[in-house]
Amino acid sequence: MGNGNLTASHFFVTGDPLIYSADAAIILSVLSILFFLTRCHKWGWLWREWITSVDHKKIGIMYMIAAMLMLFRGGVDALLMRTQLALPNLQFLRAQHYDEIFTTHGTIMILFMAMPLMFALFNIVVPLQIGARDVAYPFLNAVSFWLFFFGAMLFNLSFVIGGSPDAGWLAYPPLSETAFSPGPGENFYIWGIQISGIGSLATGINFVATILKMRAPGMKLMRMPLFAWSVLSSSIVIIFAFPVLTITLALLFIDRFAGAHFFGMTGGANPMMYVNLIWMWGHPEVYIVVLPAFGVFSEVVSTFAKKRIFGYKSMVFSMLIISVLSFFTWVHHFFTMGAGADVNAFFAVTTMAIAIPTGVKVFNWLFTLYRGRITMASPMLWTISFIPAFVVGGATGVMLAVAPADYQYHNSYFLIAHFHQVLIGGVVFGYFAGLYYWWPKMFGFQLDERLGKWAFWLWNIGFYVCFMPQYALGFMGMTRRVYTYGWDLGWAPLNFVSTVGAFLMGAGFVFQVWQILYSIRHGRRDLTGDPWNGRTLEWSMPSPAPYYNFAQIPQVKDRDAWWMEKQQMPEEGRGNTAVKYEPIHMPKNSGIPFVMAVFWFIAGFGFTFHWIALGIAGLAGVGMSLLARSFQYKMEYEIPVEEIQRVEASMGRIG
Amino acid sequence: MKLRKFFMRSKPFLVAGLFVFFLAGCRSQFPVLDPQGPVGKSEYQLIVFSAILIAVIVVPVLLILVYIVYRYRAHLGNNAPYTPEWADSKLLETVWWGIPILIVGVLGWYTVNTTFLLVKPPVKDVKPLTIQVISLDWKWLFQYPDQQIATVNYCEIPEGMPVQFVLTSDAPMNSFWVPQLGGQEYSMPGMAMRLWLQADKTGDYAGSGANFTGRGFAHMRFQVLARPQSSFNAWVDQIKKTSPPLTQAGYQQLKKPGVADHMSYSAYPPGLFNDVVNKNRNHPSSWRR
Repeated sequence: MGNGNLTASHFFVTGDPLIYSADAAIILSVLSILFFLTRCHKWGWLWREWITSVDHKKIGIMYMIAAMLMLFRGGVDALLMRTQLALPNLQFLRAQHYDEIFTTHGTIMILFMAMPLMFALFNIVVPLQIGARDVAYPFLNAVSFWLFFFGAMLFNLSFVIGGSPDAGWLAYPPLSETAFSPGPGENFYIWGIQISGIGSLATGINFVATILKMRAPGMKLMRMPLFAWSVLSSSIVIIFAFPVLTITLALLFIDRFAGAHFFGMTGGANPMMYVNLIWMWGHPEVYIVVLPAFGVFSEVVSTFAKKRIFGYKSMVFSMLIISVLSFFTWVHHFFTMGAGADVNAFFAVTTMAIAIPTGVKVFNWLFTLYRGRITMASPMLWTISFIPAFVVGGATGVMLAVAPADYQYHNSYFLIAHFHQVLIGGVVFGYFAGLYYWWPKMFGFQLDERLGKWAFWLWNIGFYVCFMPQYALGFMGMTRRVYTYGWDLGWAPLNFVSTVGAFLMGAGFVFQVWQILYSIRHGRRDLTGDPWNGRTLEWSMPSPAPYYNFAQIPQVKDRDAWWMEKQQMPEEGRGNTAVKYEPIHMPKNSGIPFVMAVFWFIAGFGFTFHWIALGIAGLAGVGMSLLARSFQYKMEYEIPVEEIQRVEASMGRIG
Repeated sequence: MKLRKFFMRSKPFLVAGLFVFFLAGCRSQFPVLDPQGPVGKSEYQLIVFSAILIAVIVVPVLLILVYIVYRYRAHLGNNAPYTPEWADSKLLETVWWGIPILIVGVLGWYTVNTTFLLVKPPVKDVKPLTIQVISLDWKWLFQYPDQQIATVNYCEIPEGMPVQFVLTSDAPMNSFWVPQLGGQEYSMPGMAMRLWLQADKTGDYAGSGANFTGRGFAHMRFQVLARPQSSFNAWVDQIKKTSPPLTQAGYQQLKKPGVADHMSYSAYPPGLFNDVVNKNRNHPSSWRR
């Protein structure tokens, strides 16, 4: 049972110069952050303004920063892997190290990069877009963020303490069972994901409630912006999919911790059950992350073509079809597991069927552009480049869905190329489009377009240079997760090209960081609140939005509410009408979400190392936090009219 | 079969297309696209057929995208029509709900048919050869129940004869893949999975594990050597005469994590394969043991 015989020399990961240098870098950056905070007396500010905040806009920004850091970590993993594979028989990484890195790369990119970046957009945009002052449950929203954050920290800690998981991003048993993975790595994996998974589930519930109950008067569901629709469909999928993940990982942990036989090799255990369960979550998961990207594209296309979105009802309908169908395709991840011809045929057809609503969306975007007036600002660049990337990636997805042909693609680099193409071309490009689009709304300044174009072209060229050769490598018989290969296989040239592409994307990321740092100083300030001539309500308010969002809740009369209002309003009168304000109720800040997440972290860390006392102490802390919350009675405060007037005046909204 | 006819007719385009796409030289470097057996060939045809069907929709969409983005760009003097409120057309929407439904319908039809077809042995009137395969950490053990010999990391098969590989694992699950002969199948503890393959010509066909099993996974490559029946028989005789037997203790040794070279055994413990399957079986009847 377990790894009770753990000694101090196993505790810290040792023996690899790459890891020592990373250790040094981590320690140095943590020290410099601590030094900066102390030197500038920022501890109080950090606690009051950010850590205890329940403001959806600040939570969104924190999600975004965390996601960017994780993008960096996952990206470095990717570059290390591509370096190792650039030429045959390289000794850059050992097998063990390579296995850890592809595992953390996958887990981090999906769960600790794509998910939080998506939640960043949910938080920053949805309440503003539907005319609400916050999400339905602001306290729960903060809980969600801090659970994600400490889950991600726990997972990343495995890099320096105890050793990283190395059984693949979905940790298939029996490989992930104690017999084959005795160290704490898989426990880090389980607890990191479990803790942040609770947060994700809560966010799903929060946004379904927000969208169904908090819309401004007059905003019927069919008047809602398409991004809000995409968030709703994605959140519904979260609610049904994440409990499956929680249960699956819980069973795996019981196997590992208590020697049960759910998924191992003996005692009636069944690894196939795990593979089914994990993909019952895993497949919907990819639609969870891609649906909001579809929403972003719909907003951006319409704004930058200066035209109403084409086929609104089809767009809504197709997103809802995708949410439902996403639960009926999971077997296509293991056609080769011998389920039989009838089962494979069923799942092949359901998988192909998803291409139908997706194809319809592409046509609707194209016809929104058709007879429009297209401006190529950054958000639009990413959106336009998404279409070929996603269309080709979707097409290879349909090829993969052809079950008998999949016997030749499965687990090969053809598959790797396919899912990177849809996840980068669809999800990452989509979220980038969203970040560029809503950046002025978040921070009150625009990002520099010239540096943005550099980043854009490096990312895009690198993307094709990296992944197109991988389709061919699949046809050459190269399977995923091999850390090395021989000269005799003929894989060297294409692998080298692919590595070059990966580094181009890395350069693109560097340009984005540069772009942000440069624009903080020199970026054009957004004084109008509506830099793109937008169509939806978030553009009706100043940038960044005041902490209570809307001084007065807007009345919505049609789709594209802000656009309609602008059409009817003379230019100079905009926002200057004399209004009578009323006091606003807002939720109070709270330190409990942070404290509770710290206790979850302690519990997860304890159970990871089988230190049961520490684990139970952590869980007790979680219980105390919940108890403390239930004894709080005054959780709201009132903003008086004078303060609203003062804030609005300072933003130039009252003449 | 219609599919075959379609495939024959489009073959020149296809080869040209692949040549352009891969640039990097000859087809034999792409085992998946150079099938040497009936299973691999029917999968290859389906790959090509689906690629063409998909291209029919993808290429026009990309051309339309380029045209629209160019034609309706916002710059002074662009006199293309601008209809900012036009957002609805029953006719157009019917068309683009229809096109993907049609394409998916056709492809789905062929997929379902081929799926059922490939479950059966490729040729019916020949007695097949059975080879039992056990994936271990990190090597492949092949057993010939009719010949009573065993090999590691390579196997010989007679050309032109359907071979039934029966797959299991005494280690984390792997996947058994010989791209030039046909698609892969998982090898899993407690399961005996069947995979039909056949080599039409003599040759050395490279195979590998396709599902990650830990540190030595990258080294789990093996060879399938297709030989004329007579030399296959001679090979079996020679193994029987010259190679040592695999004992129970030898198997336990072989099972230990590590990589291995090609090895041959003149005999193996009777019932070893079934014991391995039963030992890890997840069927409730084994719970009592």
